[in-house]
Amino acid sequence: MGSLQLKSVRKSFGPVDVLKGIDLDVKDGEFVIFVGPSGCGKSTLLRIIAGLDDATSGNILIDGSEVSAVPPAKRGIAMVFQSYALYPHLSVKDNMGLGLKQAGAPKAEIEARTKKASSMLSLENYLARRPAELSGGQRQRVAIGRAIVREPKLFLFDEPLSNLDAALRVNTRLEIARLHRELKATMIYVTHDQVEAMTLADKIVVLDGGVIQQVGSPMELYNRPANLFVAGFIGSPAMNFIDASRLGRSDATTIGVRPEHMALSRESGEWTGRVVHVEHLGADTIVYLDSEKAGLLTVRLFGEHHYEPDEIVHATANAGQLHRFGDDGKMIR
Amino acid sequence: MSKARTSLSRTAIVHAALIAYTLIAVFPVFLTIINSMKNRNAIFRNPMQLPTPATFDLVGYRTVLGQGDFALYFQNSLIVTVVSIFLVLLFGAMAAFALSEYRFRGNTLMGLYLALGIMIPIRLGTVAILQGMVATGLVNTLTALILVYTAQGLPLAVFILSEFMRTVSDDLKNAGRIDGLSEYSIFFRLVLPLVRPAMATVAVFTMIPIWNDLWFPLILAPGEATKTVTLGSQIFIGQFVTNWNAVLAALSLAILPVLVLYLAFSRQLIRGITSGAVK
Repeated sequence: MGSLQLKSVRKSFGPVDVLKGIDLDVKDGEFVIFVGPSGCGKSTLLRIIAGLDDATSGNILIDGSEVSAVPPAKRGIAMVFQSYALYPHLSVKDNMGLGLKQAGAPKAEIEARTKKASSMLSLENYLARRPAELSGGQRQRVAIGRAIVREPKLFLFDEPLSNLDAALRVNTRLEIARLHRELKATMIYVTHDQVEAMTLADKIVVLDGGVIQQVGSPMELYNRPANLFVAGFIGSPAMNFIDASRLGRSDATTIGVRPEHMALSRESGEWTGRVVHVEHLGADTIVYLDSEKAGLLTVRLFGEHHYEPDEIVHATANAGQLHRFGDDGKMIR
Repeated sequence: MSKARTSLSRTAIVHAALIAYTLIAVFPVFLTIINSMKNRNAIFRNPMQLPTPATFDLVGYRTVLGQGDFALYFQNSLIVTVVSIFLVLLFGAMAAFALSEYRFRGNTLMGLYLALGIMIPIRLGTVAILQGMVATGLVNTLTALILVYTAQGLPLAVFILSEFMRTVSDDLKNAGRIDGLSEYSIFFRLVLPLVRPAMATVAVFTMIPIWNDLWFPLILAPGEATKTVTLGSQIFIGQFVTNWNAVLAALSLAILPVLVLYLAFSRQLIRGITSGAVK
């Protein structure tokens, strides 16, 4: 129903290069998430796919046909915005139906599609209301409904959960995951939140500095990060990086180990250090150590553990879960 | 307001100031209206007195309405004001939309150029305007007045509206583009309703100087068929004798239409403000 190809897409604003040649293949039905720190160009890329911005050079193909000169409304896309962007003077129903009405669809069809979308999102009771009379979560559901009604080839989401509070964010995240399963549509989703990326995506595209750092499934990125940036960006708390020379190793420049891949002991271990701070989260305990050999380390222990600041403990990395990075920051396989 | 944030003396001072200001603003209007309903002697003897049964006299209104042409003067004033407001709002909003929405070379310069008129009084160009109107044969037409007033109102309109339009969310406009709205529908159906309070403000600011203007009607359209109310009432003011009854009656009548227009716009203004506040 909808595939997308980007071929060396570049974008510059004056002398500033925001995107430095993006190549990407999105298959039909995939859920792809662009993730990266703010300013990495992910939103710009989404706007270029939508046709709201022009690429400086490069090709964009939707379903195999070039769309660079096609206006947004004719690209077969629908977009959900961070700020909902509902039409304030229209009812929920008219908000959802406007795109079809503009395209000249018959009334009965608009009616049927609006009904279907609103029942998927349990919005039936709110159809006559204006956006101002809805809560934030309901507004975002209407915005998603407006996208569904168009039955697009591509769904584009621009940080749709950022304006919602934590509890609603989880609910809406589940809802989006369910919609993706039911609609089997191709979805492209931009976020800076790596938890959203890990939980929703079939495929994550990590962007930094206008360049794709790595493309892969969530577990690929977690287990085999291509470089230091991806390793540090994916996973929370972030991976520990240790200067390899301090450990006396010559097969790498930097050694990475995830906080959850270490064990602590009071008796003995690889790296001896002093506890700086302890965070108790119930399910996890996060211990920050200042070690002689490895510098500041974060260790994530499952369940409740009791350590006191200034206590001397020993940390050991699990065998086989060390990541090695070379001079250029790339992973050594 | 909550009790914690108000004190009696402060409230009293604020109210006293506001009441004083209201009295100062309303007093001339009040004086004009009461005196328009008195006979000539009473106007001069006791200008502050309310009309009593003895002094009540509608001779001014009879003179004004009896002259017959006054209906035409009113019509002229209304046509000029309403058409000018319409054109100022339409072109001002369109220019403001272009300035705030599209990135193009010289955008800032163009904005400055369009706003420059706020600082330069249009009357400085009267001679050139008159020459232009003579050359195009527009002297003694309402079109001449409408053109001048539209030019006079545009700078402020562009300035105020472009500031307001910058505040309309980009996402909303983009959502419209994805839904297939043309740039014109985005302008008319999404942006204009959201800047309605600003439009009402501009309309009020534009309307009052136009309605009250004597200068341009006198110079560009002094003919009988194109006189406005302000110019028309001048016939009662002579070098030696002034028919005060008629002048005051004409001015009182002239307040009405502009008051109606103002009320219409200010309702929009209030509605616009509240709809934004409870969002």
